Amino acid sequence: MAIKENPKDFVSIRDVSKHFGAVRAVDGVSLDIAQNEFFALLGPSGCGKTTLLRILGGFEASNSGSVHIDGTNLTIEPPNHRPVNMVFQNYAIFPHLDVRQNIAYGLRREGLSKADIGRRVDDALATVKLEGLGDRGANQLSGGQRQRVALARALVLQPKVLLLDEPLSALDKNLREQMRVELRALQQKVGITFIFVTHDQEEALSMADRIAVMFDGKVRQVDTPEHLYERPVSREVAAFIGSMNFLEGKAAGMEGDTVVVDAGPVGKLLVSCGEGDAPSTGDPVTIGIRPEKLTIRNAPPENGANGVRGVLTAAAYLGERNHFFVSVDGVKDPISVASQNSRPVDYKDWSEGDEVWLTWDSAGTRLLRS
Amino acid sequence: MSFSRFKWTGDSNLATYAVIYLIFLYVPVLFLPLFSFNDGIYIAFPLKGFTLKWYEAMIETESMQAALWNSIKVATAVSIISTTLGVLAARAFTRYRFVGQRPALGLLVLPLVVPGIILGIALLIMVNSVGIELSLVTIGAAHVLIATPFATFVMISRLEGFDANLEEASRDLGESGWTTFWRVTFPLALPGIVASLLLTFIESFDEFILAFFLSGNEATLPLYIWSQLRFPKKLPVVLALGACILVFTVTIVVFAEWVRRRGVSPAPKSEK
Repeated sequence: MAIKENPKDFVSIRDVSKHFGAVRAVDGVSLDIAQNEFFALLGPSGCGKTTLLRILGGFEASNSGSVHIDGTNLTIEPPNHRPVNMVFQNYAIFPHLDVRQNIAYGLRREGLSKADIGRRVDDALATVKLEGLGDRGANQLSGGQRQRVALARALVLQPKVLLLDEPLSALDKNLREQMRVELRALQQKVGITFIFVTHDQEEALSMADRIAVMFDGKVRQVDTPEHLYERPVSREVAAFIGSMNFLEGKAAGMEGDTVVVDAGPVGKLLVSCGEGDAPSTGDPVTIGIRPEKLTIRNAPPENGANGVRGVLTAAAYLGERNHFFVSVDGVKDPISVASQNSRPVDYKDWSEGDEVWLTWDSAGTRLLRS
Repeated sequence: MSFSRFKWTGDSNLATYAVIYLIFLYVPVLFLPLFSFNDGIYIAFPLKGFTLKWYEAMIETESMQAALWNSIKVATAVSIISTTLGVLAARAFTRYRFVGQRPALGLLVLPLVVPGIILGIALLIMVNSVGIELSLVTIGAAHVLIATPFATFVMISRLEGFDANLEEASRDLGESGWTTFWRVTFPLALPGIVASLLLTFIESFDEFILAFFLSGNEATLPLYIWSQLRFPKKLPVVLALGACILVFTVTIVVFAEWVRRRGVSPAPKSEK
């Protein structure tokens, strides 16, 4: 067999569906996940991400479709015959066993000598930085330690894929932020494909190489964190990842690779077209603009750059940044603007009721099909 | 809630009621051991003096020993069979969702609420019409019928207390369904299993009415006691036997409850 370098379809999910009664929890999902990739399944609760993870782990049988890992068809294999291990949301530490026994649990089947098992457990304890805690009982562990035991218990079996179900949700906030960095470092060190489920976009953006965004059992976009944030493919995805302002309009022609959008009372706006097909004149389109890409000022922009006029309706001082809401004629929701306090500034530069201008660079916006 | 905030003395009616209630409940039972040590054949005050001769007579009575042995045999078999059935049924009720789950649970409880005498007559008619000979086996079978719901409830409360993810984690780490049962489910359910074994043992050991209908030539201990009540001279021996059974039963039940509670304690769920 030819040696493949990090095959892109190390985990290959083809057209997988799972119904619970009339509910399509997972609806025709296809995904390719590369070897050593740190992959996130992101979506609101009930979007099917956990069901998909449980299908990969063998805990749910899919109604149709197939799952291959490293070229082997695992669609109907039970959990104990899969080269896959799972870290459960509540960690599922065996309460009647101590830390070492928990970690050694799956090694019993490998026919190793006692000494070998001891060495493997020691290595695993070191990997997750739990040296010296091996003899603790399961009930004497903190939340963070329980997570490390669950990781060690799964990694000690050297799975091809590690599945993590909301791995950080059971931890308190400070620990959660620290563990993001640590989990990422751990994944790089052990070189195992990690697939994790989360509803927390920040968690997905900060840890994953690529993210699949799921709604209603379907995958809506698979992309790197940067692309997902800067180039969402739909209004739905754009609104779920971070926050975004939307302006409705109609395509009114092209200027080079920039689309001119007639946004009604707001005026004519320029949007870079991106990699998609240019819309035909007259097509309804939506312009998406991130709050931090907007600049607030007193005067209209010079030399024909994008700009809209509005009235400041609310201003919030948040320390490292200010948050403004500007209502614009012809736009339903107030436009949200985030501006960094990079220089000492009195945010009272503007107060509620002031007339202001919002300007932005056409490259920083996103053209979405309505 | 703190009880120390209430003045107990201020509520003398309630206190009087409680005392009378407790006397009514326990004093008749306590007469049993009291008169079993009384050196006289009649159960009446005043007491005549302390003796252990009724206990000696009890130990020397061979028919009593035979009945005790019968009861132990039946109760042991009943506790093992009904606890095994209880574990399996409880696993089905707690780990799976299936059609007819609620009605099934309801039907399972039914033997507990059917009056013993009705159940006894019904079983006797059935056993006779099928042509099975009455023996300790028929008594045991009837006891399994009433002990199994009991065992099932003890096991359901135990299995509901632990996380189904633990069994999934075991499967995930390479164990089959069967080895998962032995490495995870069984050790975690053990306190419940021990409690169920003890409680169903006592349930069978003390049971009278079904045994009365379904016994053949061999008597269990409650049947033996019943038969002895016809002979006034033997009454003190029966009292001694009753006192022993009382102590034995209370000890087992208290111990079973202690085991059951101890097992339930610390399994902290993830902090959320």
